[in-house]
Amino acid sequence: MAKNYYDPADLRKFGEITEWSEELGSKFFDYYGKVFEEGALSAREKSLIALAVAHVVKCPYCIDAYTRDGLQRGITKEEMMEAVHAGAAIESGATLVHGVQMMNKYKKLSM
Amino acid sequence: MITKSLKARKDDLSSPKNQLEFLSEGIFEEGELPYFKDKIAETHQLPFKPKKLEILQLNLGYMCNQVCSHCHVDAGPDRKEIMTVETMKQCLEVIKNTGAHTLDLTGGAPEMNPNFRWFVEEAAKAGIRDFIVRSNLTIILANKKYHDLPEFFKKHNVHVVSSLPFYKREKTDKQRGSGVFDKSIKALQMLNAVGYAQEGTGLKLDLVYNPSGAFLPTDQQAMEQDFKKALKEDFNIDFGNLFAITNLPISRFLEYLIASENYEDYMYALVEAYNPAAVENVMCTNTISISWDGWLYDCDFNQMLELKVNSKVQHISEYNEDILNDRNIIISQHCYGCTAGAGSSCQGTVT
Repeated sequence: MAKNYYDPADLRKFGEITEWSEELGSKFFDYYGKVFEEGALSAREKSLIALAVAHVVKCPYCIDAYTRDGLQRGITKEEMMEAVHAGAAIESGATLVHGVQMMNKYKKLSM
Repeated sequence: MITKSLKARKDDLSSPKNQLEFLSEGIFEEGELPYFKDKIAETHQLPFKPKKLEILQLNLGYMCNQVCSHCHVDAGPDRKEIMTVETMKQCLEVIKNTGAHTLDLTGGAPEMNPNFRWFVEEAAKAGIRDFIVRSNLTIILANKKYHDLPEFFKKHNVHVVSSLPFYKREKTDKQRGSGVFDKSIKALQMLNAVGYAQEGTGLKLDLVYNPSGAFLPTDQQAMEQDFKKALKEDFNIDFGNLFAITNLPISRFLEYLIASENYEDYMYALVEAYNPAAVENVMCTNTISISWDGWLYDCDFNQMLELKVNSKVQHISEYNEDILNDRNIIISQHCYGCTAGAGSSCQGTVT
């Protein structure tokens, strides 16, 4: 076993998850491939969404993969950073909106 | 930014033999990735044979006014290898009699060959259907004596193919040197001004995109649309097609891959993107590459690796198309660069 939880080389082995569950693995990768095809959203737009989500779920593999994907698509570093901020804003917003719950509870408990 | 060729730096990688050894060791020797010959054998494409010859590509010399960090030629101002008039005359004889429909002049900066203009004038007389000069653009502004190149190209109906790694300054300058982007833009505007890529003139101007880093090019058409929109909006520049070219892991790009610790990932990416359909149409199947000193190669990359054609005929002085076309193409792991994804050639994707 490696001494680290994350190894960049493991990303290349992602496809191997299918070996231990052929049906579910295959269905997942079919679905995954389909999701990122050109559709109502362009593949470029989806790549930026994926990059933002990669940061929110803090997946180092996904960050590597979608930074590379963005470079390949000619996405600029400014666009990438704005996407990361969009993700971060939603994430911090999600935390802060709970502040209302705190306020509600505070008011309810206070005389 | 590097300022000298590998050769001038006496770097180990300036030796083609060392490059080829490196490309056969490590992940390939240990069986992590398959050798290229084994990969194409899987789809019964070995031995690898050419099809009909369509393109003669002549390298007029390795001298260049730029020292691009990805250059597979290891070109630069310090390279002195230049095609002589004698070799040019031998080439002209071949051009007059060839079955190929395209003549493709490259370098270095081919314009820096002192006999470039004479050669273009003579070669244009042969009436080849498509006469390409690969221009790095900045040469047009490098010296007063080159300022009239757009007019010269126009006069001989030369099809200009120019490198522009990206439509933004930062990435272009990182790969090709500070100030290259602004000069390239100016040169493109000069080409447009004499009629290149303008409706009704028939003057063709295409651009070459290659990734500025350890990643593969994406969809050529999508990239072309992005380039067209940006260059038109920002600089009022028109061009015909965009050719997306994959960087092959040789010479200075190999040096970069190793130094930046991207080599293994890059080779994995190339092998993963291997496309047997691209193998069918890869450029060595329809091209002969001729070096500054008249030797014959399957492609410009094999030329830089000093892998002469596997044929009885190896030099322009003994050129024979029928004998040459019967050869087996020489392959190694660098060939994965031309077979990844939609494929890659000097004319862009191949599928």
